[in-house]
Amino acid sequence: MSDILVSEQSAVGPTGRPSGRLLEVDDLRVEFRTRDGVAKVINGVTYHVDAGETLAVLGESGSGKSVTAQTIMGILDTPPGFVTGGQVRFHGKDMLKMSFEERRRIRGEGIAMIFQDALSALNPVFTVGFQIAEQFRVRRGMSRSDAKKRAIEMLDQVKIPNAKGRFNNYPHQFSGGMRQRAMIAMSLALDPEVLIADEPTTALDVTVQAQIMDLLAELQRERHMGMILITHDLGVVADVADRIAVMYAGRIVEEADVYDLYAKPAHPYTLGLLDSIPRLDEKGQQLRTIKGLPPNLMNIPPGCPFNPRCPMAQPVCREKVPPLLQIGAGRASACHFAEELVNRD
Amino acid sequence: MTENILEVRDLVKHYPVTRGVVFKKTIGHVKAVDGVSFELRQGETLGVVGESGCGKSTLARVLMNLEKPTAGNVLYKGQDISKLSGGGLRRLRRQIQLVMQDPYTSLNPRMTVGDLIGEPFEIHPEVAPKGSRRRKVKELLDLVGLNPEHINRYPHQFSGGQRQRIGIARALALRPEIIVCDEPVSALDVSIQAQVMNLLEQLQSEFGLAYVFIAHDLSVVRHLSDRVAVMYLGKIVEIGTEDEIYERPTHPYTQALLSAVPVPDPTVRQNKAIIRLTGDVPSPADPPSGCRFRTRCWKAQDICAQQVPLLQIRQGSDHPSACHFAEKREIVATHEA
Repeated sequence: MSDILVSEQSAVGPTGRPSGRLLEVDDLRVEFRTRDGVAKVINGVTYHVDAGETLAVLGESGSGKSVTAQTIMGILDTPPGFVTGGQVRFHGKDMLKMSFEERRRIRGEGIAMIFQDALSALNPVFTVGFQIAEQFRVRRGMSRSDAKKRAIEMLDQVKIPNAKGRFNNYPHQFSGGMRQRAMIAMSLALDPEVLIADEPTTALDVTVQAQIMDLLAELQRERHMGMILITHDLGVVADVADRIAVMYAGRIVEEADVYDLYAKPAHPYTLGLLDSIPRLDEKGQQLRTIKGLPPNLMNIPPGCPFNPRCPMAQPVCREKVPPLLQIGAGRASACHFAEELVNRD
Repeated sequence: MTENILEVRDLVKHYPVTRGVVFKKTIGHVKAVDGVSFELRQGETLGVVGESGCGKSTLARVLMNLEKPTAGNVLYKGQDISKLSGGGLRRLRRQIQLVMQDPYTSLNPRMTVGDLIGEPFEIHPEVAPKGSRRRKVKELLDLVGLNPEHINRYPHQFSGGQRQRIGIARALALRPEIIVCDEPVSALDVSIQAQVMNLLEQLQSEFGLAYVFIAHDLSVVRHLSDRVAVMYLGKIVEIGTEDEIYERPTHPYTQALLSAVPVPDPTVRQNKAIIRLTGDVPSPADPPSGCRFRTRCWKAQDICAQQVPLLQIRQGSDHPSACHFAEKREIVATHEA
């Protein structure tokens, strides 16, 4: 896949778009200032996504995976959230330094996002069709009837049956799976280069989840989009991701190609996660668990944030924060003992 | 493992759909549970899986006698629980307890952990005399892996996984024979989910508990269950041992459900035979005639619309399946595949 060390590519992809580094998050830091204190939610996150590839950002609740996405989109609630450092570059330009108008132009056309809970992400008092068509009218200056035609095409593309008849339905008249399809249609309306999908199938049943993931994969292939898939589900990730970034306590603790990560995890947290999921194809007796709880973000332990829960922790782990270092082609780990972990059998 | 402690026979729970404010008219019924039968043996775990709206939570409520069934019975050791009242009902409630899904809303935020776990003793004072209650609560906290010193804390001072442990301690307080778990781990993160599942297993072997384990996550159900029932639109479509359901499923719905579960192993990506169901689950207020799954089934024939397939053992299979065309099919992806 893509090596972090490889320099910028300038080849042109099948759709005529440059297939180089599209979106880069560089040493991003975000904190939430609340009455009870300052929570350091993101502590130096670096990742990138190229055209046509899927980066999965994996982490448990509170790991900072959604806040990173909100910062990229510029929809972070300020206050309480404040960006305290780092850059978010889109085509090489730092979006955090752009004016409101410049960022607004990127939203939807450059980067679009779909959310976990489609029912609360859609406006209940407007029809689904209106909400999609609105973008064509406001952003593309289309007439009402042209916008409607385009919106119906979009609904058709996301395989909503009887798209024409469904145009005038309100969100509550759609089922959970259809609402998620409508939201996908809405986010893809302006043909974005990057799609951020924040837990797109968490609220759905497995059979519907499979439909939605198929649809996303198909649309991504057709449009050669870069996709950031934010999830906690190790099963979904294994199915669709090219690369994976594992987050813990506001840091990336491991980044690797999907095959490498599942075969030989290079961070004890990743290893713990993989061991603690029950498998459909095997009935184990006792699940191995990660002991303890994720850290309080107002009081992150010194050294490696994972050290209190880590079975491999040594004195050095309590003193020095392990940096995210390259440990091979296209993979990096933030563990003092990453080499040993990968080289054991 | 032989004695049946709970028997469910043709259980039906319909909710009326009404229109009008003053002159209420019943215009239909939501058929949440529509003819469900199974038994639960002492010390075993029966998993109940199904998608949202299939009636699994309604089933839990009826098993707990929180709802009266529209028809059919729930027999605890031969006694019909919906006919009990007063003292008889109170004695029964000691034997069947519930662990709920959401550890945030199922604990009263204004009660301390000691009060929450000790409350069952107030209702059933014969289990623990007043003087020994605090000691008993501390024992329970220790049992579920919480610090007994935290007896005076409030629920908000605990994390999600710890709160679920409090819920489990409360369910255990009266030493029941049966615990109904309604999605007990679905609100928890992966690493915490594994801790709670291990706790449930450990408590079962320690106290010989029988679980009715309701969940939508097929991997979780397989991990914990001895037998599994698969529900679709208020009916059990297939029931059997964990092995029979996961290795040799015969109902098309079970097969589709199993094939849709993402396997956490990228190397099986290409060689997974995936059955993609189209459409959504129909409304339980107006289920399809005949077989309820026929609208999404790739095997559907005329007979499926006319005749309701019975849940019975069919030719070439070793466990009951409610499909006219039940047959085996290899679907679970393995490492070797």
